[in-house]
This record gives sequence, structure tokens and C-alpha cells, in this order.
Amino acid sequence: MDRNSPPPPLPRRRVTLVDLVLIGLVIGMIVYAVYRVNDVLVYHWNWERVLSFIIRFDEESGRWVANLLLQGMFTTLRLAVWATILATIIGVIMGYWRRCNNLTLRIISRTYVELIRNIPPIVFIFIFYFFISSQIFPLIGLSSLRYDSPYMDNDLFRFMFGNPRLFENFIAGMICLAVFEGAYITEIVRAGIQSIGKGQWEAGRAIGLSHFNILRDIILPQAIRKILPPLAGQFITLIKDSAMVSLISIQELTFLANEVAATTTKVFETWILVGAMYFVLCYFFAYVFAKLEQRGARANR
Amino acid sequence: MNDKTASPLKVPETKAKDKPIVEVSGLCKWFGDFCALFDINFSVNFGEKVVICGPSGSGKSTLIRCLNQLEEHQLGTIRIDGREVKPGMKGIEEIRRDVGMVFQSFNLFPHLSILDNLTIGPIRNRGMSKSEASEMAMELLDRVHISEQANKYPMQLSGGQQQRVAIARALCMKPKIMLFDEPTSALDPEMISGVLDVMVELAEDGMTMLCVTHEMGFARQVGDRVIFMDDAEIVETADPESFFNNPETERAKLFLSQLLSH
Repeated sequence: MDRNSPPPPLPRRRVTLVDLVLIGLVIGMIVYAVYRVNDVLVYHWNWERVLSFIIRFDEESGRWVANLLLQGMFTTLRLAVWATILATIIGVIMGYWRRCNNLTLRIISRTYVELIRNIPPIVFIFIFYFFISSQIFPLIGLSSLRYDSPYMDNDLFRFMFGNPRLFENFIAGMICLAVFEGAYITEIVRAGIQSIGKGQWEAGRAIGLSHFNILRDIILPQAIRKILPPLAGQFITLIKDSAMVSLISIQELTFLANEVAATTTKVFETWILVGAMYFVLCYFFAYVFAKLEQRGARANR
Repeated sequence: MNDKTASPLKVPETKAKDKPIVEVSGLCKWFGDFCALFDINFSVNFGEKVVICGPSGSGKSTLIRCLNQLEEHQLGTIRIDGREVKPGMKGIEEIRRDVGMVFQSFNLFPHLSILDNLTIGPIRNRGMSKSEASEMAMELLDRVHISEQANKYPMQLSGGQQQRVAIARALCMKPKIMLFDEPTSALDPEMISGVLDVMVELAEDGMTMLCVTHEMGFARQVGDRVIFMDDAEIVETADPESFFNNPETERAKLFLSQLLSH
């Protein structure tokens, strides 16, 4: 026995009787559910009909193109990305205002956060949508944009914002989501700034840095590292929350799924498929963010 | 001109040695209803080294934190180099640049390298170029015996090394006075002497220093005066030898006996 010899193994956790019973129960429930659907419900499954709404073969161009559901997923993704960017900007400003010395700014940000946190999201989205689409858009000239102008009718624009004809619609949904999620990001930012100890402010003050310099050079760089993981989580939440804007006719995944379900009458297949699409999307991002976080944590050592 | 003058720690020779740099009169400070400082009067001359000691909660830290307005006082006046320091005043940054401060918990900026910890002050406040500031920072790091760590991050250094970096960071602003808030209290015993050595060198170079510390050896070696505080007041002021050997007040005797008993 010497200290350089390989360590003896620790006892392993084994599969116990309890695990077997539980696994058996779960399998039993699944079998029963499948039996119910097949024998009692009498439902004619037709996956191919619905799957063709993800991608279809375009006879004219002779290649596979994205169909409604995949297009919807891209719109959902675009919505989530742009709304997260805008919501982060709102959140950083409001989060800073939550903590700053000016009373008016504190009241504004507090009111914003409390209003949004205490109204059901769907109610908020209805109020907000009818307000912006009817009041703000004509005001800033968004409703009189020329969709066929070369600025909008190009590949880059389509990649970033989707169909130019639906641009106004897209922006409405995006702002709705951003203002809504911004309130949650405000709280994330506030918590991030608060998590930086008093000592950092004091050290900055002691060497004569201005309030702005302390915030920019000392506090925010540290706060951002703490904010990024919950912000990534909020992005995934936003992907799921974006389903709500289907109610104001934004043509994202849930809205188009509704149409597919209505035209094909294959309700089960459609929604199971759409659920799977959301799951893949969210799980993918959760996985990527977790990996990035691990790498970031290692780099900070 | 001897070579001591060229050292970066060397304080510019002041014309009037007896001119006060810190003048405090009638200073009172409350935290809520709790009176932390009551009717504090003292002054510190250029080049003087003053040690503040006293039991915990006696207001020592609060006192030196009022000097650069990390704490705001309610009553009394504070002057630093002739300029009055008031709560909420404009231009407090200017005064803070003349007053270096070293904290018990170092408070280095963890996201910046050691070198950047030092240069951020001169670059942002004095508009110094990055290379100029780095050059000065390296000289100072050399003086606190830590220049080989310049590109590391604070977390990679021991407590004693971090505290020496913190001293160098404060010196980077070329302060007229240095405030030390229990600089060795958070350190492992074997780290203390390295920090004290740097402080002694700084004192020998003529820096004006105001130290809250219980290091009696340090107080005896460099202190011109000891201020003993208890219960928010200055109880006794004396030179170190007579304070540690023959304290006048009962409270100082009690404090010293507790300090020595372990």
C-alpha cells in the first residue's frame, strides 16, 4: 500500500427494487395510454399528412423547401432573438434605474416592473397590441413602408426578419414580447448589480473614479458574468412565451400550427409535432448555454 | 539629490512640514439611531504617521471612512489639505484622488489583471496613456515586491500579496495621505509581515499615514502618535511608547490588557 497506488473504488449506487417497481409503473401507464388511444378512441393516425407541413418537395424548383411549420419555427426563433435583444436593452436601463439615486427614475422602473408582473401576460399582450398597432405604428410611419423596395425585398432582410410583407406584424409581436420580458430581465439585471459587493463600489470611489466609470469599468463587467446564465434561461422562456403572440395573429409556430390543425383535422399529430419542435429548440439552446457556461466557469479559474 | 528621492513611494517634499493635511473638528456620525462618532477633534500634519486603535465597534473605521466620504457625517467639519469635505459635495472625486485607502478585505477588482487594477485609476482620472500608467504601475509593483505577478488575476494571489497590490493601487493615484483600515486583520499570520514591511517602507519614505491597526510592533516602529478610541469618542492621544507602556485612562488599560492577554 503506498500513496501513489490507484485508489480503491467507492461503493456504487445500484438499481434497487424501488427503481424496478417505478420503472414498471411508468411503462404500464404508457402502455395503457397507447391502448386507450388505439382501441377506445378510434383515431386514424396520419403522420405523413402533418409531417409534410414541416418540409415539402417543391415541384417548380425541384428541391425541398420549408413548409408552414418550419417557417413558423424560424419566425419564433427570430421573434425570440430580436425580442431578447430589445428586452435586454430595456432590462439594463430599467435595472440600473431601479438602483440609481434619482427618485423619478426609480419610480418609473418600479412601476414598469410591477405593472407587468401583476397583469396576466395575455391581457397585457392584447392591451399593448391594440395600442401599438393602432397608435404608434402609423405615427412612426411603419404602416406605410414599401414592402417591395430593394431595402426590404432582399435575402438578408428575409433572413433577419422573415417575409417583408409581414414585417409590421413581426415588429408588433417582437415589441410586445420585449416589453413583457424586459420586466423580468430588469429584475435579473438588478439582482446582478446588487450581487456585486459594496467593497467594489468603495474601492472604485476610494481611487477617485466617477460614478459612471465605476459602473462601466467595475460593476457592469462583473455583473454581466452573473447575469448571463439567467439571461440565457430567460431567452428559452421567451421562446415558449412567444406562443402567446399567436393570439394577436403573429404568424409564428403556434399560430401556423393552429392553421395546419384546422386544415388537416389532424389535431393530435400537429400538436404533438409542434410540441416536439419547441422541445428540440429549447433543449438545444439549454444544452448550448450550459456548455458555454461550463467553459466560461473554467476560463474564470 | 540622493537615490531615495527617485523612488516611486517617495512623497514630494512638502514646504511646510507642520501644516495640517487633515483637520477634523466636532465630527459626529450616526447610523440610524446609533451614534458611531461623537465630537471627534484631531489633526494630522504632513508626514505624520498616526495609529488609531480601540475595541471593535468603537468607530475607528467609520472615522477614517468619513475622511474620504465613504461614510457621510451629519455634524462637524473635515478638511483635507485645506479643502472642506462635505456630504454630497461636488468634486469629492478630486479629494479622493489625494487620499489613498487600503481596506481590510483588499477589494481588488477581480475581473481585472493586477496591472489593470493599478492603471485604471490613473487612466480614467488623470487621462494618463496606458503605457505611461503601466510603467508607473510596474515601478510600484516592484516596490511592493510583487512585479512578477503583474499579469495574474487577484484570485490567483495570496491574501498578503493581494493587500500589497491594494497598497500599490492606492499609491498609483499619487496620494498625499494614505488611510489604512485594518490592513492586516483579514490575513493569515504568516502573510502579515510582508504587508507591514511595505507599510514601514512607505512610512520611511515620508508618506503621511493614518492607520487603523492593532499591530503594536508597527505602531511603535513608525507611529508618531496613537489615537485610542472607545465608544465613538477619542479617549486618549499619546506617543506610542507612553501609550503602550503607561496608558493614562482606565479604558485604554483594559483594552491593552485584553490585547496582550492572548
